[in-house]
Amino acid sequence: MARSAPTRRPKVNLAVIAPIVALIALILIGMALNPNFLSYANITNVLARSAFIGIIAIGMTFVITAGGLDLSVGSMAAFVAGLMILSMNVLVQSMGPGLPVIMAGIAIALATGLAAGFINGILITRAGIEAFILTLGTMGIYRSLVTWLADGGTLSLGFEMRELYRPVYYGGIMGISWPIIVFAVLAILGEIVMRHTAFGRHCAAIGSNEKVARYSSVAVLRVRLMTYVLLGVLVGIAVVMYVPRLGSASATTGLLWELEAIAAVIIGGTLLKGGFGRVWGTVVGVLILSLIGNLLNLTDFVSPYLNGAIQGVVIILAVVLQRNPGAAR
Amino acid sequence: MRKILIATTALMGLTAAPALAQTIGVSIPAATHGWAGALNFHAERTVQRLQEANPDLQFVLTTTSDPGQQVSDLEDMVATRGIDALVVLPFESEPLTGPIQRIAESGVWVTVVDRGLAQEGIENLYVAGDNDSFGRTAGQYFADTLEDGAKVVVMRGIASTVDNERVAGFEAALEGSGIEVLAMDHGNWNRDTAFNLMQDWLSRFPEIDAVWAADDDMAVGALAAIDQAGRTDQMFVVGGAGMKEMVQRIQNNDPTVPVNVTYPPSMISTAIEMTALGLTSGAPMSGEFIIASELITPENAENYYFEDSPY
Repeated sequence: MARSAPTRRPKVNLAVIAPIVALIALILIGMALNPNFLSYANITNVLARSAFIGIIAIGMTFVITAGGLDLSVGSMAAFVAGLMILSMNVLVQSMGPGLPVIMAGIAIALATGLAAGFINGILITRAGIEAFILTLGTMGIYRSLVTWLADGGTLSLGFEMRELYRPVYYGGIMGISWPIIVFAVLAILGEIVMRHTAFGRHCAAIGSNEKVARYSSVAVLRVRLMTYVLLGVLVGIAVVMYVPRLGSASATTGLLWELEAIAAVIIGGTLLKGGFGRVWGTVVGVLILSLIGNLLNLTDFVSPYLNGAIQGVVIILAVVLQRNPGAAR
Repeated sequence: MRKILIATTALMGLTAAPALAQTIGVSIPAATHGWAGALNFHAERTVQRLQEANPDLQFVLTTTSDPGQQVSDLEDMVATRGIDALVVLPFESEPLTGPIQRIAESGVWVTVVDRGLAQEGIENLYVAGDNDSFGRTAGQYFADTLEDGAKVVVMRGIASTVDNERVAGFEAALEGSGIEVLAMDHGNWNRDTAFNLMQDWLSRFPEIDAVWAADDDMAVGALAAIDQAGRTDQMFVVGGAGMKEMVQRIQNNDPTVPVNVTYPPSMISTAIEMTALGLTSGAPMSGEFIIASELITPENAENYYFEDSPY
């Protein structure tokens, strides 16, 4: 495939198309293994379940491009979901079941996500705490908070509200469910912001060389803070899509989402050390990860004990394929 | 050795002056899933109740999220709190056997809950659910109600001895019934994983007659996926452990959730109460106390519904 479009540096091409090649390979394997793989139900299932990690990973792309990292997003999602369910359960008593409660719940989720992202960002930029350590700390804090909120059990949305809110995950327009639509719109917006706005270029500049960026009068701290706030809001949006699915949150909600999101970003071709980011690559990365899980469930080809190993091998392969000494800094 | 130990403990219990407070250490896994959450709930409630009823008793309650941390917790309990008795639900059998054995040898009364140690004869009291019966009871229900040639899928928990014993019991009960197990995979006792797994199985198999989800958290995920696919009337789901939402559905004669199998998280209360009783009254408490799994049916469901339990 690389040969069909010869350029001066064919290796660059390989780096660009590697995630797509991996994705196509997985789709072909899926078609060969199970005739139901390309069925409408299966495709929508996979896309809809990718939406949570996908929406978060879009934000993560900006954070990583700007040279940062956020390990707290999985716990943050669980905490936001828990708080959203709790407040909706309280509000429904005074406001009665209906659209206003849903709107209030969504507003609370987005505001909590924004606040959580802001706390991460302000402590990293103003207090100068290493992102890895700070977000490792907040990861533990949010995880404990949701466990505490749920009293160690599961927080469940009241039955009436669950029925009302359900269509946000299961419904849609023209057979395309809402999570897929929201994910697609956010991915397109993310790609535009990354490629064609000052904010996106500043992220790459800061991740590439912070000093040079500062001398070029880029507001380094503010841009960096904004990446965490953006990620927080996107976590909020992901939760708004997640809660109507099962109507519950517990200590296991969003477990390891942070690592899946980071893996998706890296598979997609964004550099872990920052300086270069690709939102569409992230989307492909998310799809690759979900497809592996889907394929393993659709076959008896490998022992379920080895699911994690298969995922690991594909992640490593996808990254090895696009290793490019010329472009790496 | 064991007799002497019991005798000493009993003696201590009898002669203990009111001022001589005794300390019981309780170490259990953190609330990482619904069942463990309920375990924490019952442990806290029991500790609180016993402390109020008995001022001579002191408790140290720790929750852990991995075996390494649990070993450290146990060391801290012995070193800094000088516990007289230990109630422990080992996170994993193998790595905890050595440390618990050393504690038992130092003269501390040891009650092991649910997950047995790798070596026999260490603990004074063993309180546990019956994993084999948990799987067997569900399997027996499948064998009794499903026809020859019926197709079922099985959602397993986190890969562990607990899970292996349950599945072995289930498979043993199915033997000779002509029921075909289409697929078996780990749902990790998690709602989201179970939801995705069930979605994929529904795409893969045009005919499924029943689902065994070896835990009610997984049953919740499976039911949502079945509902989404619009195949609710084609199959039933049997979960396990008696989550109150499931018990309620059984009470309402829901054809999709006909029965459930108990595996009570309140067994931690049994263990703590028995340990405290042994420590304070001198009543003999050593041995094994196995809590059988029972089938919850619409007829007996009300006995298993606990309004204020978190699970």
